Amino acid sequence: MVEGAWYVVISPLLGIRDLTFRVSDQKILDRLDLTIQPREIHALLGANGSGKTTLAYLLMGCDGYVPAAGTVTFEGADLLSLKMHERAKLGLTLAWQEPARFEGITVREYLTLGRSNSNPEPMLVQVGLDPDRYLDRRVDKALSGGERHRIELASVLSIEPTLAILDEPAAGIDMLSINHIINVIRTIKENGGAVLLITHQEEVAAIADSASQLCNGRIIFSGDPAHVIQHFRGRTCVRCDGEVYGYVRT
Amino acid sequence: MSELEELTRVLPMVGAESTILDDERIAHVVGQGHHILSRRSVPGLRLDLEETPEAIVGKMTIQAGVTIAQPIHMCFGLAHPTGSQRIQIDVFVEERATARVLSHCLFPVATEAEHRMQAMIDIGPGASLTYTEGHYHGPHGGMLVIPHATVKIGKGARYFSDFSLLSGSVGSLDIDYLVEVEEDGIAELTAKIFAHKTDRIALKETVVLRGERSRGLIKTRVVLEDNALAEITGITEAHAKGARGHVDCMEIVQGQAQASAIPIVRVFHPEAKVTHEAAIGSVDKKELETLMARGLSPEQAVEMIVSGILR
Repeated sequence: MVEGAWYVVISPLLGIRDLTFRVSDQKILDRLDLTIQPREIHALLGANGSGKTTLAYLLMGCDGYVPAAGTVTFEGADLLSLKMHERAKLGLTLAWQEPARFEGITVREYLTLGRSNSNPEPMLVQVGLDPDRYLDRRVDKALSGGERHRIELASVLSIEPTLAILDEPAAGIDMLSINHIINVIRTIKENGGAVLLITHQEEVAAIADSASQLCNGRIIFSGDPAHVIQHFRGRTCVRCDGEVYGYVRT
Repeated sequence: MSELEELTRVLPMVGAESTILDDERIAHVVGQGHHILSRRSVPGLRLDLEETPEAIVGKMTIQAGVTIAQPIHMCFGLAHPTGSQRIQIDVFVEERATARVLSHCLFPVATEAEHRMQAMIDIGPGASLTYTEGHYHGPHGGMLVIPHATVKIGKGARYFSDFSLLSGSVGSLDIDYLVEVEEDGIAELTAKIFAHKTDRIALKETVVLRGERSRGLIKTRVVLEDNALAEITGITEAHAKGARGHVDCMEIVQGQAQASAIPIVRVFHPEAKVTHEAAIGSVDKKELETLMARGLSPEQAVEMIVSGILR
């Protein structure tokens, strides 16, 4: 440190250090490190079973997802000591890959949870759904997978999160509507929030500010999204063992 | 407070207003115990009810081809902590007639009482009846509630019933409905029950699809808490070509409550089909966590899920 100089230390929004999660003897997350800054869109890529969704559940505090080791700080607070709804109160939220269906609960109610004076219409417009057709529909099995996904994103948007974890937000969305999803992600950032974007779709990952590749529970490559996508594309992980990552080109 | 006032003051608890009794366009019957306190008919509706020492007995007829524009309100109940009420009623919805009946069963102060209803409902060809029964019970439990009904649905006729018991503690409830459906007829039976304390719920609904292309749906939603018990039996039989039936039962169990669901499907024709689904358990974890991830406390999330299921 230079004597007499002033340094401003910006703490990350989310700081994950040495995070380890096991199921029986199998390590699902293995000493994982990841940092997300405020208003950053960070894409997380990885093959099926690499641990992406497990990381999402663990960060949100879903039942049964307690790490064996490691720390997670959120705006400087110890996230792991908090219950799920307490994490949500801090501004953390999660959009599930397969969103839940609710019998009897309308889209209007779902988009105004605990905030009866808020207006849900702009959120629906943002995800490309007509409020006149959808506000009084129920968030149940009658919605298609794509409709349910869009309503999930509208719900995330409505609470103006500090950090939104979006698990495959474009799954089941037709190609013509991908732009709505991308706009939602950008809007979260414009509103001051950050996004941890779990996706397989390169056109969605490409809008991120930064990206990481997850393999066997560890971050093995981070950087510019284009480089991470290139690294991920056309390679199949065959082994990750300590510091040695085994890959073959396909 | 008069018995009439005592009963009608709780009408809002089942979604109605006491002012309906003053509206000359609206038919109604109000019965306390075995006494008829108030009644009004409208054109196209015949109400032949009488008081006996043992029961309110009679007949209600919606005449052929008539559509009763306003719902017919039937308010039965007990204005006292103890007592007995028995109702024996035959309902005839004649050919191509249409009516909607709102039955309000009100027991605001009952602590040790009995309410029995024995109904025979005959819906003629092309006719339609929507029957909505809402129960209001105070917090005491101690009631014995036994509604039994047989329903015959004629050719091309429709019957929609919606039973709800969402407020207070009932005590013991024993429902037994038998519905027979003729050719092209439709029967949809919905029941929504929230049981508390030591409530005992026995619900048996049987739909017999006798006619070709007849259709039936039994949908039951029960939420139990404290030490409540429930046994839900949904039976559908299909006897004719093109008959279609479905039994759908969901029970949410909280606290020390216990539940069982018995869906029975019987098919007696190769071109008929009956399906069923039943789910019993605690509140769905994923639904719960989704709401908590939006900031609701566990208690708020459970309340919202339960209210949605019982809606």
